[in-house]
Amino acid sequence: MNDHAPSPTSRRVVMGFGDAANLPEDDELPTESMPLNMGPSHPAMHGTVRMVLEVEGEKVRTVDVQIGFLHRCFEKEAENATWTQIFPYTDRLNYVSPMLCNVGYALAVEKLLDIDDKIPERAQFIRVIVGEISRLTDHLTCLAASAMELAAFTVFFYLMKAREWLWELLEEVSGARLTHSYVRIGGVVADLTDDFCPKLRDILGRCRAAIADVDKMLTSNRIFRDRMDGIGIITRDDAIGWGLTGPVGRSAGLAYDVRKDHPYLVYDRFDFDVPVGSVGDNFDRYAVRLEEMRQSMRILEQAMDRLPAGPILLDDARVALPPKREVYNTIESMIAHFKLIMDGIVVPPGEIYSFTEGGNGELGFYIVSDGTGRPWKCRVRPPCFANTAVLNKILPGLFIADIVPTFGMINMIGGECDR
Amino acid sequence: MAKIVLDRLAEQFVAGEITETGSQHGNEWARVNPAHWRGVAQFLRDDPVTALNMFIDLTCVDRLGRTPRFDVVLHLYSVDKKHRVRLLAGLPEDDPSVDSVVGLWPGANWFEREAFDLYGVRFLDHPDLRRILMYPEFVGHPLRKDFPKEGRQPLLRRFPGSVDEEPAP
Repeated sequence: MNDHAPSPTSRRVVMGFGDAANLPEDDELPTESMPLNMGPSHPAMHGTVRMVLEVEGEKVRTVDVQIGFLHRCFEKEAENATWTQIFPYTDRLNYVSPMLCNVGYALAVEKLLDIDDKIPERAQFIRVIVGEISRLTDHLTCLAASAMELAAFTVFFYLMKAREWLWELLEEVSGARLTHSYVRIGGVVADLTDDFCPKLRDILGRCRAAIADVDKMLTSNRIFRDRMDGIGIITRDDAIGWGLTGPVGRSAGLAYDVRKDHPYLVYDRFDFDVPVGSVGDNFDRYAVRLEEMRQSMRILEQAMDRLPAGPILLDDARVALPPKREVYNTIESMIAHFKLIMDGIVVPPGEIYSFTEGGNGELGFYIVSDGTGRPWKCRVRPPCFANTAVLNKILPGLFIADIVPTFGMINMIGGECDR
Repeated sequence: MAKIVLDRLAEQFVAGEITETGSQHGNEWARVNPAHWRGVAQFLRDDPVTALNMFIDLTCVDRLGRTPRFDVVLHLYSVDKKHRVRLLAGLPEDDPSVDSVVGLWPGANWFEREAFDLYGVRFLDHPDLRRILMYPEFVGHPLRKDFPKEGRQPLLRRFPGSVDEEPAP
């Protein structure tokens, strides 16, 4: 405050309550609570979610977060589709990191089939590579959108550009920019393009520069820090009780990363660190995501260095489609192809809960098979469902303006939360 | 890996409380008498040997044709011991209800609402049991196996005498 500004006691505005002199010194302007609808279509609710707030002035008193606007009956559709037909649906779960959902689902079915240790090594490496690229695009989107909502529009363009480079690369590999459906049970559908690794190295270099720029623009930016520091604090106990995983859980001090604690694919062969926050506020969630992107790039570089040659799909007629040349020329392959397409892969009866590290945390698939070509139940444990639920706890007491960065840093993805 | 959880359950509970245990594909599971659902969950959370303190997932399975018809399924994880377990409890078709575990893990709130919404399982003592993914006016529980997979249920206010499409069962 300037030196010449009047002190708070010398000049006061009072609304309809008589003399200012009669008011007690610490009295605030009288308020009464008011219901306020935020969303479902609101510029800051970038996932179609509705918040019914009860506000007192600018302060949030109670909040009811209402989801479900993007519910597309994933489970009901999955129960009526063959095991392979479910891949396109998993693309649309977390639509900013579809590869991670692809991989998570494939691993669950492979465990049910007892072929999870027979997947060709090259396919496992490719899954790690495309998965980590997807993690990058996920975090880039989260940071870009959140920064834009805090009016840092330059950051949005820098990060979106980086995301676009990565998606263009994935498009070259899979044929689709966003809904890749690239992974198959037993491997992946196509090999990497010949110049994939040099291109990825080039893109990673440019991404590093973009992330370093954003780091400089935001991390010690006074406006950004004022909006992020100490807002929306989540404790470690909260994280455990609410089932928070991923960057949100780790920023709260819960050092749980499926890739480290329960390694799958070939993650145990790579050298990478898991960033953990100490305060659990919005800034920690931002910082953890920023560091995780750097760690993902480390994994990518190691995976490219050690990428082995070999097949990309398990050679097993029960799960993998035969090559087209044989389908058209031999009766056995023709029949195998027909059976796999029409009846689907036959998965033995059983139940599995398989979990991987998705963009937002532990992405679990709880699958019940009754021994037919279609799942009896295909449940997704969506990480952002749990992460979004905790908003009901951390938003009350904050200001309306704090909802925007807090919601952004929770990174609710409607497709995954509502399924 | 989580064998010690099942051993510990066998030690602490009689056969009527834990009816069946098993292990498949590296997942350990225990079938719980629904009357002891909350008690077993609380024991697993507080016991220093099992220390299953983290809530992971809660859902339901409709095993149409079996008695009891529904299974409510809870997945727990131990942050310190790094093991996990799956608890199942069979619920009958005519009264699918079980104690809520929201008092043990606040995160179970939305997951139980989802199971109620999609399967019609009721959670006793849940603080706020209402639909979460479907809209409040929706009729039926869509993930039940006998719920038709095709059909429309437009969100219309049904006035007496108005001609609406037939609501799904």
